[in-house]
Amino acid sequence: MKWARANLFGSWPETLAMLGILWLLWKTLPPFIDWAFLDAIWKPDSKTCRAGEGACWGFIVEKYRFILFGTYPYELHWRPALATVILIGLWVFSAFRAFWKPWLALVWVLGLSVIGLLMWGGLFGLRYVENERWGGLILTLLLTTFGIALAFPLGIALALGRRSDMPVIRGLSVGYIELIRGVPLISLLFMASVMLPLFLPAGVTIDKLLRAQIAIILFAAAYLAEVIRGGLQAIPKGQYDAAHALALPFWRRTGLIILPQALRIAVPALVNNFIALFKDTSLVLIIGLFDLLSTVKISLNEPAWTGFGVEAYLFASLVYFVFCAALSKYSKSFEVRR
Amino acid sequence: MVWRSAKGRRIAYQAAAIGAALAVAWFLISNTMANLEERRIASGFGFLARESGFEIGESAFLRYSAADSYLRALLVGLSNTLAVAIIGIVLATGLGAAIGLSRLSKNFLLRTLSAWYIEFIRNVPLLVQLFFWYAVITEGMPGPREALSPLPGVFLSNRGIFFPTLSSVPELQGFNFVGGMAVSPEFAALLIGLTIYTAAFIAEIVRAGILAVDRGQGEAAHALGLSRAQTTRLIILPQALRVIIPPMTSQYLNLTKNSSLAVAIGYPDLVSIANTTMNQTGQAIEGIAIIMAVYLTISLSISAFMNWYNARVALR
Repeated sequence: MKWARANLFGSWPETLAMLGILWLLWKTLPPFIDWAFLDAIWKPDSKTCRAGEGACWGFIVEKYRFILFGTYPYELHWRPALATVILIGLWVFSAFRAFWKPWLALVWVLGLSVIGLLMWGGLFGLRYVENERWGGLILTLLLTTFGIALAFPLGIALALGRRSDMPVIRGLSVGYIELIRGVPLISLLFMASVMLPLFLPAGVTIDKLLRAQIAIILFAAAYLAEVIRGGLQAIPKGQYDAAHALALPFWRRTGLIILPQALRIAVPALVNNFIALFKDTSLVLIIGLFDLLSTVKISLNEPAWTGFGVEAYLFASLVYFVFCAALSKYSKSFEVRR
Repeated sequence: MVWRSAKGRRIAYQAAAIGAALAVAWFLISNTMANLEERRIASGFGFLARESGFEIGESAFLRYSAADSYLRALLVGLSNTLAVAIIGIVLATGLGAAIGLSRLSKNFLLRTLSAWYIEFIRNVPLLVQLFFWYAVITEGMPGPREALSPLPGVFLSNRGIFFPTLSSVPELQGFNFVGGMAVSPEFAALLIGLTIYTAAFIAEIVRAGILAVDRGQGEAAHALGLSRAQTTRLIILPQALRVIIPPMTSQYLNLTKNSSLAVAIGYPDLVSIANTTMNQTGQAIEGIAIIMAVYLTISLSISAFMNWYNARVALR
């Protein structure tokens, strides 16, 4: 009672606001629980679902394999499943500071090779599967992973370029960063899917997945550059002076003294950037790739299952939320440590 | 020889950078010209004057019909983008500020609920949320005949929201409402989605801004005998605003850029209409150039305005 008085009903206006919120919760929460759990239908049968009152989780039960793996051949689903587990494992492994050593790169190369082998096949008696058939969760994860990994060197170059004292290099970097950050990602994706074929010499073609990946890399690089620049600016000036005093040439000064410190400072911001990119990959749906959100949306096209969009998108939200919330917890753990 | 002097190296590096940029540009442009010639696509903006031949579901300010030109269609798209962005910015600022303040409240329930809100909304992609709200409106709402009427004259149905205006009141005629002011399901879903999503980010900015104000400031104001409301309005807010405005600018820019996701739920914004135009005319380069030019202009104007405002509230 004392707790309630101190924390809920401090003053008259507060009590009034509280009663309003409690009334609102009372009106919305029980019906929601009825809908989502008590009256929910788990049986994968659309007729039962349409007759019932509650949420139709049967839709997810029926479609979860398509949602997770897209149009990948049904009997080979263990391959993307294993690839997903390996990729998530690699991320979890890289999250520990103790493993931030040069050999971590080797672990990644090895892991990604295994994932490539599993997804494409064609060796060791695995059937070949062309990447037009990849889809679902693994596609979302791969677009994010390669997006961040390949944008990273470009982002570092742009950040250094923006802080350079050479006007031409600074101008080019600022121009690139501001241009990319000024336009929506969707326009870059359109550009990649429509204009990239025109940019290349006649006869050279690249598939849709690669085109989207290129757009994501070019997009992510501009945002990463700004985060890294923040890190560069946060280093005490004495570090720059000391490196100069040692008479180290530019690249050794940058590689040995400046960058390691700048990146360490930028880690929480980099993780936040990673979360944003993970969410942004959902936009590839608009240019017709089968990422996680896309497979959810396509599942709703089947006549038997149209009209269960609320359930479908709640499920999609939950999957994205689990990944993003874990990452943001991780990012916050750095703030506590310092 | 040049490499011996630092000055020589600087010039060489910069010359190399210009050379590389020009080489890339030349490579892309020459390929594009060759490809366009081969595919017999005429380039140029002449197509803008031609008749568009497609209808647009809704137009915020301009009159439009299929007999109008592509240019007018694109202007309608731009006006729709601006309409949703401006209303969204106003609503998101209000909601975001309220949630950011609740997050700091001494009240347990308010604090927890707003923390959950921020945590959940920020960790789900906006596109998923847009699809969700669109599904809620088109699937969850009753048809026009059983429309919900929370206030007299206001009707909620799967055809959108209908408000009365000074001159007319919406009435059910046949299968839908006639009269009053109508908000389409697409516009409503986009506006709700953008507002709720951006508000979560604004709430965090507001919270950080208020926490950045030194505790002593509030205590000093209290010692001067100012009330809590006066302290917030006269002491805390003016100081917090200096911290809040720069990140707020980028949220406004994000909201405007994010409104381009309208194309996914069928609201006729600029990107969606430019997309239709590109599909009909094949003028992909021009279409994308228009989209990029417009967003760059909007981005630069919002940042120019916010820089001016920021200079006004900054310490002198």
